[in-house]
Amino acid sequence: MELILSHYNYWIVIFLMMAGFYTVISRGNLVKKIVGLNIFQVSVFLLYISIGNVEGGTAPIVIEGAEKYSNPLPHVLILTAIVVGIATTALALALVVRIREAYGTIEEEEIHEQDQSL
Amino acid sequence: MIDILIDVMLMSFLAITAIAIIRIRNLFAVIMLFGIFSLLSAAVFVVLDAADVAFTEAAVGGGISTVLMLATLALTRQQEEKPPAHTQWLPLTVVVFTGAILVYGTLDMPAFGDPDAPAQQHVAPYYIEKSQTDTGVPNMVTAVLASYRGFDTLGEVTVIFTAGVGVLLLIGSNLFKRRRDEDES
Repeated sequence: MELILSHYNYWIVIFLMMAGFYTVISRGNLVKKIVGLNIFQVSVFLLYISIGNVEGGTAPIVIEGAEKYSNPLPHVLILTAIVVGIATTALALALVVRIREAYGTIEEEEIHEQDQSL
Repeated sequence: MIDILIDVMLMSFLAITAIAIIRIRNLFAVIMLFGIFSLLSAAVFVVLDAADVAFTEAAVGGGISTVLMLATLALTRQQEEKPPAHTQWLPLTVVVFTGAILVYGTLDMPAFGDPDAPAQQHVAPYYIEKSQTDTGVPNMVTAVLASYRGFDTLGEVTVIFTAGVGVLLLIGSNLFKRRRDEDES
């Protein structure tokens, strides 16, 4: 019981990570693949924030009477990662739109067939 | 204790939402579920004392990326995902195997919320003690982001600028050409 409660966050993070990974490698639809990549990304954010959490601590903003704060450094890293993540997502979605213009489909299988028939 | 309970509940919701995203074929529903997923993860960040991250995730993950995905769906005019052509056994095996190794790796990690964990020991106490006197900003996350690592944040702006230019080059030039073709014909 102790082990489950103290590692529950890590295990859910791994589950989400694998759910995202599975979506990326098993689904042929490009939009769905990007959603999978985003799930993977959020799971990494959750891992970092879980590691930075301190029992009995408060949010890292200086106030009177607070003794313990959570670790602010993972928060900073993840803030940067979220913003870079949206930039890469936007670029990926633009590529999907461009692929749809060139091939008329966003299914991986059909794109492969068209490439081979050339 | 109640903190842990809420955390466990929200994390379980996240796992259920992820399963739903994998199983549902309607792309509109998938994107909406992804918006819910981002909002839930923002709630988890609040429970884990990361208020700044929660704001950003709710605005960027739940807001902007959902809108961008919906815009892509409107441009590609595809509503349903085709059922997968291959059997799912190979990806499933790969994922289960990788997951099992990762779970094995967590077994000797410090417990969740442990104040003596290595992550809490080395540089973090410096920022917690000194950031107020060094920068005069009560919010430590802001102090590190905008003061100690200001140049890094400036570099981040370059990344976003590059992505913006990339998106414009990929889609913008084509829209431009199409409009010109329509004018000529």
